[in-house]
Amino acid sequence: MSSRTLPLLFINLGGEMLYILDQRLRAQNIPADKAKKVMNDIITTMFNKKFLEELFKPQELYSKKALRTVFDRLAHASIMRLNQASMDKLYDLMTMAFKYQVLLCPRPKDILLISFNHMDAIKDFVKDTPSILSQVDETYQQLIEMYTTLCSGEFQLIRQTLLIFFQDMHIRVSALCCLLLCFPLCQVSIFLKDKVQNSNGRFVLPTSGPVPYGTQVPGLIRMFSCTGEEVTRLQFNNGGNYTAALREGSFEIFRDRVTKLGTNMYSVSRPVETHMSGTSKNSAQHTKVNTAPNPLAKEELNLLAKLMGGLEVPKSGNADNGFRVNLFNTDEEEEEALISRPGDLSYGVINIQATKDQQVNAELAKIMGEFTESGEQSPSSSSKGDDLLAMMDGL
Amino acid sequence: ISMYHKEKSIQVKNSASALYNNLGVLRIAPRHLTYFTVVHANVVNMVSASWDGLNYSHRQLQSKEPNVATSTSLIMQAAFCPLPSRDLLVVTSQKGIQMYESDGSIMVYWHALDTPETPTAQAVFARGISAVRESYICVGVSSGAILVFDVPIKGSNITLSEVLKEHKESITDIAPECSGQPGMECIADLVSADDGGNLCVWKSGEDFQLLNNIPGFDMSCSSVKLWKGTVVAGYGTGQIHLYEAVTGILHAEINAHARWIYSLDIAPFSGLLLSAAEDSLVRVWHLTMTPETNSVEVAHLHNECVTDTQICGAKFCDGDGYAFAVTGYDLSEIIRYTQS
Repeated sequence: MSSRTLPLLFINLGGEMLYILDQRLRAQNIPADKAKKVMNDIITTMFNKKFLEELFKPQELYSKKALRTVFDRLAHASIMRLNQASMDKLYDLMTMAFKYQVLLCPRPKDILLISFNHMDAIKDFVKDTPSILSQVDETYQQLIEMYTTLCSGEFQLIRQTLLIFFQDMHIRVSALCCLLLCFPLCQVSIFLKDKVQNSNGRFVLPTSGPVPYGTQVPGLIRMFSCTGEEVTRLQFNNGGNYTAALREGSFEIFRDRVTKLGTNMYSVSRPVETHMSGTSKNSAQHTKVNTAPNPLAKEELNLLAKLMGGLEVPKSGNADNGFRVNLFNTDEEEEEALISRPGDLSYGVINIQATKDQQVNAELAKIMGEFTESGEQSPSSSSKGDDLLAMMDGL
Repeated sequence: ISMYHKEKSIQVKNSASALYNNLGVLRIAPRHLTYFTVVHANVVNMVSASWDGLNYSHRQLQSKEPNVATSTSLIMQAAFCPLPSRDLLVVTSQKGIQMYESDGSIMVYWHALDTPETPTAQAVFARGISAVRESYICVGVSSGAILVFDVPIKGSNITLSEVLKEHKESITDIAPECSGQPGMECIADLVSADDGGNLCVWKSGEDFQLLNNIPGFDMSCSSVKLWKGTVVAGYGTGQIHLYEAVTGILHAEINAHARWIYSLDIAPFSGLLLSAAEDSLVRVWHLTMTPETNSVEVAHLHNECVTDTQICGAKFCDGDGYAFAVTGYDLSEIIRYTQS
């Protein structure tokens, strides 16, 4: 639908990913210098100029599979490693968090404010590194240029496009209950009473609280004469508990966004759990499966190749420097999660297998970089790029 | 005693997508059946429900893929177009307009939109569907144009009769005069709405005539209705406005919902108005026209809260408003309510 959705999807998901990784790095007591390197490497990769150029071009949204591949690559842009189960969980958390923000944002235009909240936090992560900081600042400008002139209906189209992407995802995330920690004391009681997510994974949509900026509290009918004079005023019961709108958040680079959606909801010590609650029988996989698989996958792959071409992954395969991050509490839990993950919740990213297939698109071969002329993989790049090749094998 | 009570829901194969006016209803009185349509991404789910509640049959219609498969075409809207001679089901997507026999069995017409080879910043799609008078079907386009199709009594010789270029922003919804009262001469036949909240009022014919242009206030009008010469418009701010169609006089302004309105419907025989929004609420109102004083009165009658659901479609199931049906984002059911 909207051809301007991908940058927002990418930046917000990327932002959530950084929040989670930051929390896990601290929870696992990774040394500060290594943690900082990971965050800097990922952010540098995310805001790579060539990559962003491709991202901001008008285009349809990628499939879930393609987007997951991009984030897999991004998560591995540094010395940090993640097993499949942890990567799955990371992706679950990222996507459910952003789905929640998109659903609950009061006006469609507020998605831009949510994006700025993520950008503000990313800027804070790299505030000590001027080179990366300038990349981030440039992206602010691009966002402002591209989005601040859109009308309300176009923002709603973007929101509707995102909601189709997130359709039927109902993974329960206990971290969403952590939202209450983010809010000023006077509002805590409201959130303690209200849950954020039901046991079936659906989000709670309150019929209370401030109305969006630009909306009036429902309850008034005004009737006019032909000359424009108000003749009657009637009140009606709105069935909720609404209050007047808060002030509007700012769309400039350094300002108060007002909304808390898109700010970091992860506290340092609280463990974050996901539950594969009874998957919806009307799984999105059911009808989203392309009826003409080959041509569509190829087109996507070409787009992906162009995008990945911009994703210059820093060479850092040094085994001494590298370390593994676990999104679960123990290794056993991580293993268990991998085995017990329901089939229809798999993201379809084919697991890493070394392959010597030479039938690769020349462009892709360039991206892989690490491959020697004979097609043998260099030992330091055990898994980089294999996933894309494996995807191609599957065609 | 609540005015309406909830009935048994109809299960649908997929959940509803967050699209304006995402529920189609067609009552087939001779066969004691009602058809429902709900859009999910690139599929239309059709359910045929017998009035005794015993028989349900399901069917799925896919959006037409272009010959060169570049991407899946998402459907923007599916709506029934009842004409005196026949009923058609119209499905609009990013690629074009499909018209089917009302039971979805045969596609009788396909109109491709001019889609650019590489995607442009401005999205391309068709949205806003309405049957008008004896033989026209009007469909809106993202450019603001409205395509007028001439529909023969039977067969597939449907032709593009005219392109109306008045709106400058994407069409959101189109609605016909629905009072259906024989002998009541309504001057205006059609109203169209766009993303800027602008409303155009038309008279149909070999050449459609623009009767009035009611300017918007920079806020999308997502759903619009026309009844007894009165335009009822629902906006992204949650407000509903009532205008006299040919003059543009504002009759009433309602602070109706706390979020974006997604669907409006009118029961023509009783003057009941249904509104539904992202705020989880469906509201029932009553409209009274007093021609002598040229005034319209609005009374609020009823609220239904569909807990934790952003509603995307709500329609009366009959001309009196005795029953209505509702769809919501991520919900795989059509929820029904009947008067108590």
